[in-house]
Amino acid sequence: MLKIKDLHVSVEGRKILDGLDLEVPSGEVHAIMGPNGSGKSTLAQVLAGREGFEVSGAVEWDGVDLLSLPAEERARRGLFLAFQYPVEIPGVSNAYFLRSAVNAVRRYRGEKELDAMDFLKRVKAEMQTVGMSEEFLYRSVNEGFSGGEKKRNEVLQMALLEPKLAILDETDSGLDIDALRIVADGVNRLRSPERSMIVITHYQRLLDYIVPDRVHVLSRGRIVRSGDRELALELEKRGYGWLEEERRKEPRGVGQR
Amino acid sequence: MSTSTEQLERFLKREYVAGFETPIEADTLPKGLSEDIIRAISAKKGEPDWLLEWRLQAYRQWLKMTPPTWAHIHHPPIDFQDIVYYAAPKKKADGPKSLDEVDPELLRTYEKLGVPLHERARLAGVAVDAVFDSVSVATTFKEQLAAHGIIFCSFSEAVREHPELVRQYLGTVVPPGDNFYAALNSAVFSDGSFVYVPKGVKCPMELSTYFRINARDTGQFERTLIIADEGAQVSYLEGCTAPMRDENQLHAAVVELVALEGAKIKYSTVQNWYPGDENGVGGIYNFVTKRGECRGARSHISWTQVETGSAITWKYPSVILRGDESIGEFYSVALTNHYQQADTGTKMIHMGRNTRSTIISKGISAGHGSNTYRGMVRVTPKAVGARNYTQCDSLLIGDKCAAHTFPVIEARHPSAHIEHEATTSRIGEDQLFYAMQRGLSAEDAVSMIVSGFCKEVFKELPMEFAVEAQNLLGVSLEGSVG
Repeated sequence: MLKIKDLHVSVEGRKILDGLDLEVPSGEVHAIMGPNGSGKSTLAQVLAGREGFEVSGAVEWDGVDLLSLPAEERARRGLFLAFQYPVEIPGVSNAYFLRSAVNAVRRYRGEKELDAMDFLKRVKAEMQTVGMSEEFLYRSVNEGFSGGEKKRNEVLQMALLEPKLAILDETDSGLDIDALRIVADGVNRLRSPERSMIVITHYQRLLDYIVPDRVHVLSRGRIVRSGDRELALELEKRGYGWLEEERRKEPRGVGQR
Repeated sequence: MSTSTEQLERFLKREYVAGFETPIEADTLPKGLSEDIIRAISAKKGEPDWLLEWRLQAYRQWLKMTPPTWAHIHHPPIDFQDIVYYAAPKKKADGPKSLDEVDPELLRTYEKLGVPLHERARLAGVAVDAVFDSVSVATTFKEQLAAHGIIFCSFSEAVREHPELVRQYLGTVVPPGDNFYAALNSAVFSDGSFVYVPKGVKCPMELSTYFRINARDTGQFERTLIIADEGAQVSYLEGCTAPMRDENQLHAAVVELVALEGAKIKYSTVQNWYPGDENGVGGIYNFVTKRGECRGARSHISWTQVETGSAITWKYPSVILRGDESIGEFYSVALTNHYQQADTGTKMIHMGRNTRSTIISKGISAGHGSNTYRGMVRVTPKAVGARNYTQCDSLLIGDKCAAHTFPVIEARHPSAHIEHEATTSRIGEDQLFYAMQRGLSAEDAVSMIVSGFCKEVFKELPMEFAVEAQNLLGVSLEGSVG
């Protein structure tokens, strides 16, 4: 269970999140939609522990104060962020990187580390399901990957790390329909009662494949509307303008409502 | 500054594990440099007259020279009269005949450094010459190598046992008056390793020398000479450490390599001299002249260096490509952290026909470190068909460090084909965050990113040492993560 209360985030004095409230119960998939610049990616990064933001408010995750934990500990406890722009690490093979990540998490959980053979067996099986050929194991992390390959690599990592809370930051952007389906399949396979997911997207299209339990609209740093799938469809028809308009009418700086 | 920058910085502050001192009685000469001191060194080693004369000539040349000022390094002037030029652990009579006679305190020192010398625990398949301050204390696997006709011994022993070889090759690649520090070394050099691989012999094991500075106020001036006769092959590795001290200590070595027709020499260095503390106090001044000559056709010399230590590194392992179709290579990782300074690179002098050279240089700067690549590719007027490829990459960690590149290219023949590529990048917050979001600690993330950056060089190291080099890099970077 993730509970965000009155989250304020700014960068160099510029306010990006402005009193955001959100609850994601275990086992649910929530979609966060919103126009460019509404703060979607910032929310994802702050939850994952990226530095460089001024943050206030409370985020409780499975009973712990999430904001007090460093990024790597959040990851080891099972928070996973699928990056909007996966990062390239030249000279480091994908296999080595993935195994280091899996073992860092396993160590933290007090589980036995996977040796190279066990790891390869696992990773190859997962790669098949996300449609990646084995050569990607031996290439440098994300280096020279196409947009779609990078996103598949994110889903692969998510599957290997078996997170409790997965945040997908515009994982659909730049994907053709086939890649989108593969990514969505990967996500759907991971749905389970103890795993929650936050799917950040700009377009309704992804939600045809990953059907969310709840849809939230983020506008100028705050959730302005929550609903079920229908809300996404409505947004597709009407755009974000009408919600933005409503948000603009509110008094500024009041925080939560 | 963000927290991940702080983490980087914490990571870059790490302890120098080889910084202990061995309490051992030393036989030392008084401080200072004069013809008398040189005579005393030569006498202690029982050298022939020609070698003493050779030293004295070098000394007289040195007196007329001044320290080079062109390098991008800064240090107070060195008082050459305030240095001890000879220190040797005290020993019984004529020195140890076998390992059983080596002072156990010395064996323990090498053990602690991870270089076990006694029979059982030796590195598998690696012969070691251990040089402690000014003398070689032990050389392993000598008999096995001798069965192949390979000579691997301390330089002093070579002077005694194989004077004709020493006399034939000494100073033919690096002449005594080559430069200020080479002249100094030629005058006062104490010990080092000597290798001769006879015609057609492929050396069956890695050879290595482990240099250790222990005594206070002492400079180390080793001299290494490696000769690969026609068609011979040898791979040689050196490692170096020193105790932690507040004073700077001087290390001025000369290494000469000679590859005759069809011979191949691979020379690898893992240099971890004490770098000084995090405020830049203490550390080794490492002024080294290393040069190889591909004297015969189709000969091949390859330098690989991982330079993580020393307060100052001034070092340009070079290759003279005299033989037709000869090949020169230089693979380098140089890391500077805290206040370390490195000015390092190579010279490739193309003289024969259809010669080839490759230069891969990776500079990593962290803390207040300053890292300079200085390289020269020269194609002489007769060097038809010379080819060079140079790749020179710099990685910056944090925002107080510096990287510089000074490549010089002189092509005097129109058929020369020279490529130069250079990049500078910073360990990105993006890369760090990405790795940490996957559960890696900041330390592991930086190590991984840096190792990836150095991969092309590490793969040139002999297997046994690639892992060590990688670990060393991790240790040297500790406390640098930001």
